[in-house]
Amino acid sequence: MTDFPDTWRKPPFIRNTLLRRGLWIAILAYVVFTMATLPIDWERVSAGMGRAAKIFGGAFPPSFARADLLIDGFMESLKIALLATVAGVGLSIPIAFCAARNIAPRPVYYLGRATIIIARSFHPVIVAIIFVKAVGFGPFAGVLTLTVYSIGFVAKLLAERIEEIDFGQVEAMRSAGAPFFSTLVYAIAPQILARQVGLSIYQLDSNLRASAVVGLVGAGGIGATLANAFGRYDYDFALAITMVIVGVILVSEAISGVIREKLA
Amino acid sequence: MSSTAALDHWSRFTPKQRIKRYGVLLATLLVVAWALQSIDVIWEWVWDSPAQMADLFSRMVPPDPQNLPTIMQAMWETVNIATIATLFAVILSLPVAYIAARNTTPNVVTLWIGRFILVSSRSVNTIIWALLFVAIFGPGIIAGIVAIMFRSIGFMGKLLGEAIEEIDTRPVEALQASGASRFKVVLYAIVPQVMPTFFAVSILRWDINLRESTVLGLVGAGGIGIILQGAIDTFNWPEVSTVLLAILAFVILGEVVSMYLRKRIL
Repeated sequence: MTDFPDTWRKPPFIRNTLLRRGLWIAILAYVVFTMATLPIDWERVSAGMGRAAKIFGGAFPPSFARADLLIDGFMESLKIALLATVAGVGLSIPIAFCAARNIAPRPVYYLGRATIIIARSFHPVIVAIIFVKAVGFGPFAGVLTLTVYSIGFVAKLLAERIEEIDFGQVEAMRSAGAPFFSTLVYAIAPQILARQVGLSIYQLDSNLRASAVVGLVGAGGIGATLANAFGRYDYDFALAITMVIVGVILVSEAISGVIREKLA
Repeated sequence: MSSTAALDHWSRFTPKQRIKRYGVLLATLLVVAWALQSIDVIWEWVWDSPAQMADLFSRMVPPDPQNLPTIMQAMWETVNIATIATLFAVILSLPVAYIAARNTTPNVVTLWIGRFILVSSRSVNTIIWALLFVAIFGPGIIAGIVAIMFRSIGFMGKLLGEAIEEIDTRPVEALQASGASRFKVVLYAIVPQVMPTFFAVSILRWDINLRESTVLGLVGAGGIGIILQGAIDTFNWPEVSTVLLAILAFVILGEVVSMYLRKRIL
């Protein structure tokens, strides 16, 4: 050990020097190239600064003059979120059973997975637009949208939980000659119930958030109120709505956190 | 349960637990019933909806691939919006995470500034951010990029901040004891420990941002959403279904790529 190093260098994250430098160059080239080719109108961006000042000037102080509109919008959002959670969680249970590898036969499994993937892939706003076109403006479209949204999340995680269950209990019941449905109720349901309740509460919270957004495209709730306020340049009312949305989300996050902690 | 009482049957819950469970169930039912009867829904539309949806679906089939080149171009733009915004947000979220973590923030004031940035960024949805930035910058990509950035900073800053709070403090103490500067402590004691989380969170957020960027166009902030909105506005349902299929393929591809990256890097 004659040439023991007397300095130490942090080992690089990627050991291969060529790969590391190549990666950096590739990332840099991508960023430079895309930034250069994206159709960004810098003149408008700089003009935007003045507009931002005007918008924020118009937004302060927030106006709570139309509090009744605000409360109505919120109650509607709450109802949409509630109903969608009930419907979504209810539908998720059979779908999750279909999408669990250890329970469902192969073709059913693929069908269940495909349902979940499709429900998860589309942003709620896109789903909302389609439903608004199909069933008309208003909270019903919102409920349908968030039901789809809930299935995508709850069914996915529930299916994963079902795949992790202790299979001994299922085998015990099967060997005792229990029919399929009894096995589901007595061997599987008790093992996944806790997760199911936790997921439902989380999803209610998440649906409340999303219900503010689907309203922007006409699916009812506070989002519709916000879109209207924004469209009419009522920036002070829009700010008031946004502040209340943020407040409600924080409160609901705290409540759902407390409940889930108690359940766990 | 007293030991003298012979158990001739098994029950999972004590009577008290059972009452509590039924109580919660009843309360839930009541709340749902209230929501159902007071929500402002036109029930005729509800009964009519399966027929309407079948009708809409029949209009969408078969998808019309005529505009596929334009759609693919818009998709590429969407990828770029998501990726560029994620890159910038990653960079910007680092200092925020640093000051929002209890063990690295210099003082209480910066801690609260950090927490405030994180909460306000996370609580406002991307679309609402986009609405604001479209009003400021006018319709276009820049509003989309900034909107996604604003939303991502809170998400990544929060998760990174939590990772920083959970680090092993001994390397930090060792470096401090040997007289290292604050910058060197961060670089050599903290950065290596949060590096895996950093990459995991960035990849996760990129995946989420791909999904979010598909709807930016609906409020005028660039990407595939503009084409979707245009097709819907002109009742061009075969094109709508083409765009939807393209989005589906795109999101699944993004998920596959991010899964691969996660496996490779972590």
